[in-house]
Amino acid sequence: MLAIARQRMLGQSFKKILPAVSVLRSYSSAAKQITVREALNSALDEEMSADPKVFLMGEEVGEYQGAYKITKGLLEKYGPERVLDTPITEAGFTGIGVGAAYYGLKPVVEFMTFNFSMQAIDHIINSAAKSNYMSAGQISVPIVFRGPNGAAAGVGAQHSQCYAAWYASCPGLKVLSPYNSEDARGLLKAAIRDPDPVVFLENELLYGESFPVSDEVLDSSFCLPIGKAKIEREGKDVTITAFSKMAAEMLEKDGIYAEVINLRSIRPLDRSTINASVRKTNRLITVEEGFPQHGVGAEICASVVEESFSYLDAPVERIAGADVPMPYAANLERMAVPQVEDIVRAAKRACYRSVPLAATA
Amino acid sequence: MALSRLASSSSRSADLLKPLCSAISLRRPISTDTTPITVETSVPFTSHQCDTPSRSVQTNAKELFTFFRDMALMRRMEIAADSLYKAKLIRGFCHLYDGQEAVAVGMEAAITKKDCIITAYRDHCTFVSRGGTLLEVFAELMGRQAGCSRGKGGSMHFYKKDSNFYGGHGIVGAQVPLGCGLAFAQKYSKDEAVTFALYGDGAANQGQLFEALNISALWDLPAILVCENNHYGMGTAEWRAAKSPAYYKRGDYAPGLKVDGMDAFAVKQACTFAKEHALKNGPIILEMDTYRYHGHSMSDPGSTYRTRDEITGVRQERDPVERIRKLILSHDLATEKELKVLLTKFIYEAISMEISLDLFMVIDI
Repeated sequence: MLAIARQRMLGQSFKKILPAVSVLRSYSSAAKQITVREALNSALDEEMSADPKVFLMGEEVGEYQGAYKITKGLLEKYGPERVLDTPITEAGFTGIGVGAAYYGLKPVVEFMTFNFSMQAIDHIINSAAKSNYMSAGQISVPIVFRGPNGAAAGVGAQHSQCYAAWYASCPGLKVLSPYNSEDARGLLKAAIRDPDPVVFLENELLYGESFPVSDEVLDSSFCLPIGKAKIEREGKDVTITAFSKMAAEMLEKDGIYAEVINLRSIRPLDRSTINASVRKTNRLITVEEGFPQHGVGAEICASVVEESFSYLDAPVERIAGADVPMPYAANLERMAVPQVEDIVRAAKRACYRSVPLAATA
Repeated sequence: MALSRLASSSSRSADLLKPLCSAISLRRPISTDTTPITVETSVPFTSHQCDTPSRSVQTNAKELFTFFRDMALMRRMEIAADSLYKAKLIRGFCHLYDGQEAVAVGMEAAITKKDCIITAYRDHCTFVSRGGTLLEVFAELMGRQAGCSRGKGGSMHFYKKDSNFYGGHGIVGAQVPLGCGLAFAQKYSKDEAVTFALYGDGAANQGQLFEALNISALWDLPAILVCENNHYGMGTAEWRAAKSPAYYKRGDYAPGLKVDGMDAFAVKQACTFAKEHALKNGPIILEMDTYRYHGHSMSDPGSTYRTRDEITGVRQERDPVERIRKLILSHDLATEKELKVLLTKFIYEAISMEISLDLFMVIDI
């Protein structure tokens, strides 16, 4: 979600905001830069080194070095007993992973994309998520399901769906969605250490993006708490959840100071941070990549209406992906995914109410 | 509370039985006699891609009486569950195992608590064979905190992790990949133990079973897939659901054994054989030819898709408890009268906590 706007921004408006970007970057030039891919790889490496019960399983995670090179080098380092290439049988290997977790091991199961997790969704929900409750605590399932989620570029309808809302609705699961390298490292480590099943939704377009990280983040004991959102950028006029540091910068030019919240954790949702922010700014825009109906934004909106209704000065707006299977053609694909302009328009509507609400795209 | 009311009535009934139990003594002490006895299985084993184990099984009086006790208790437990369900004290689903007791009991006799068992929703007796108590069973069925899952699971979700019993699963076929995962973990941890993943003839056609078997064979996992073939997947006979109902052969590259599932000694022999095989060579399939007297669940009379003659026929010819009873009698270990008293004693002992004896007294021994 945060990724797409970045990508689009870099593509379309790079020249316009380049000075702003380089100012931001040079502020943290003393810190090291690592890509999200490196962050994930190092997190896996460190957790496997620290705990012999952690093992990896998935298609192409071993000899191919990972379909997106996230698991690069791990087979050589830990051997074929701990980095297992599976056949293309999601239902089978996911069930095997969950069974191994029942026994006490800590599997990290990779789905090449979360679209393929639908083949195994019975094991994720019925075998993993519900077992701790059904067994009254006898069975715990310390498993992580990870992989890229949501739209990539030009891969079409069957390879572009966002599953955040589906998994986040299920009690017994934790659902995390990292944005930058710090998120990727901290949240993946937290997920692997967690005794419950965690769905870890990465983003393919972000894997190659570099972000500055402090020494604290690079330390092997670094871990982020599950269930806490991060205020990426403080503001006072409107709260934007999940997306677009860049959009906030654009808005600043028009005198709108947006507070951008990086959710990090979809389940449990950090309702207190979101509500505290809305009570400060009085306006909310939720942004997500997935389909609009029953999405993450709908849940955030409901939470804010339940807890902070009297603080709202404008209706909550949700920006979501288009309610259509992802098209292939580049221009159609662009229209099917939230763009920075959509967020800016929504923010202006929320602040001035001068432009009538456009019908959801 | 309902249970404490039952407790007072049980202690009353229990007092009535006490003198009866001690009055008649057995000719030989039954609990300690371990002189070897050899029994023959009812039919020879049939195999696919492997050798067959011998038809001669070593046992002793102690084991015979243990089998008799365990299976008879399981039989009455399931019948009691039937009554409780009809009295609306058990809700939702209730899938009964009576007729299939030999599989649970024979398997347990061949293995240790280090070996894992995982099964589907017809799990009451498997839970008991792994060490679960009748109190835990009935309390769970009736949604009480004393239940094995503290009332949160219900009939289909019994677990006993300290005995490596991993449930109790409601989704047909899901337990098979889970069982292969347990086997993976046992191999990973170098535990020298195996996993028995039980499934029915209905689940035998599930794709995930073949996915899991493929991985288990590739990775040499100590997984034993046990098809409890009671010939009906819910209401669909095996010949209507499977193009090839020779489930022990369906593993193709994986060896298989067909076993008389109504003969506890055949089951025991097959499981011993399978455990040894799986530890060395990877997955093996056991097909237990068994039968359930009840319908698929309590809402199924069990007679719309099979004849009553068939059910009574199996009960007369192949009943697993009857087989053990005949063995005890034929080996002169007890008389008919002694066995009747013994059974009452076993029942009294087993339910001497707060479950009403009256339920069991209704059943004619």
